[in-house]
Amino acid sequence: MSVKTPAQEDGRTAGLVERLVSDDVDRKRFLKMAGTAGAASFGAFAIAACGGGSKASGTASTASTATSSSSTGDIAILNYALTLEYLESQFYAKVLAANLFHGSAGALVKDFAGQEDSHVVALKATVEKLGGTPAEKPVGRFPVSNAAQVAELAYTVENLGAAAYLGQAASIQSPEVLASALAIHSVEARHAAAFATLLGKPVTPDGAFAKPAEMSTVLAAVKPFLA
Amino acid sequence: MNAAENPTAITTPPVEVHGMTRASFVLRGALAAGALYGMSAVTPFVSQAIAQNSGGDAEILNFALTLEYLESDFYNVKGRQVGLSGKAREYARTFGEEEAEHVTALTAAIKTLGAKPVAKPTFSFPVTDERSFLKLASVLENTGVGAYNGAAPSLQSKQVLAAAGGIVQIEARHAAAIDLLLGESPTPSGGFDTPLSKAVVLERAGPLISG
Repeated sequence: MSVKTPAQEDGRTAGLVERLVSDDVDRKRFLKMAGTAGAASFGAFAIAACGGGSKASGTASTASTATSSSSTGDIAILNYALTLEYLESQFYAKVLAANLFHGSAGALVKDFAGQEDSHVVALKATVEKLGGTPAEKPVGRFPVSNAAQVAELAYTVENLGAAAYLGQAASIQSPEVLASALAIHSVEARHAAAFATLLGKPVTPDGAFAKPAEMSTVLAAVKPFLA
Repeated sequence: MNAAENPTAITTPPVEVHGMTRASFVLRGALAAGALYGMSAVTPFVSQAIAQNSGGDAEILNFALTLEYLESDFYNVKGRQVGLSGKAREYARTFGEEEAEHVTALTAAIKTLGAKPVAKPTFSFPVTDERSFLKLASVLENTGVGAYNGAAPSLQSKQVLAAAGGIVQIEARHAAAIDLLLGESPTPSGGFDTPLSKAVVLERAGPLISG
């Protein structure tokens, strides 16, 4: 329960994900923390999530009676996405610094790095606009010793990112937040496909229908990359 | 022909949902969210898109089905006629199979919603060689991404939304692979894929529908 992360030992405030993985990976706990918009509670999130239903009428009536609750759910999802984007952004920054890629592959990595940075900026701003507190920047740890290994890792990370967004799409309440998440989701998919072509791996590893990933699955997969 | 059967039909004004129009619901969301930095291009689009797409999930899915028929025919019929080689041939086969699976899935989903799937149109592709084939493939796949991303926030059913998300991710992967094969950027819209309105999609795909 109280395993200290390096960040805590440094005297810095532990980020969301560090705190999470210090304990057991638990979706509800994560959501409770991620949704911290002051008075927000997991109960409020649950109401918002259930309010989604299968019809927009359910969403609309929920929105009219509990707008703040649905925002809380979206904030939690955005903070989860922000945490993943922070890690991707740090990963690419390290890859760029290691100067492992040249030519067209180098140009791709540079483009993708900039795009992940723009996702961080956009998600952070969106959380703030919704009245939430952006998740703290986690400290990532990525092995970047050679290009082949990095490309493999990038392929894994981007596939995971795409699956993570897909896994949340149906839980997002605000059409604007959904549209934004989708606009990022397909870019993550493009990144994954680009690394697939570099590696000679399948462009569509799931076949015709991409598989979503649950938050707990994604966080467990991310855990080894946290310092 | 009603709107659900004809994806080109002019849509009706927004429907009332529990005493409020969907457009006003969206507006409420927009007011709550404020202007989203880096996503400012998306926000005005949503209310516009939802105002246009008021025919329900079946109409949106029928629009998607038309695009999937187009892509499936392009890869599976035109792709064989053109005489492709190497990666282009490999992609056309794999992607063609996947587009055909999308056709099957969307047809089933539309029937599940109690609506009638659109009939398969006939297509005419102005393609003569591998290069022009790949160029048009890029347009179709990138348009597909924008079309799904544009229509998805209008979907009522969360199940349908999840399914559409699982398809759009595949379109994005196809688009990136084709663009790289062409020596072009796999992310033509940068960090945020631009959602497309039905009108823009029709502008691009319409000329390929011959009947």
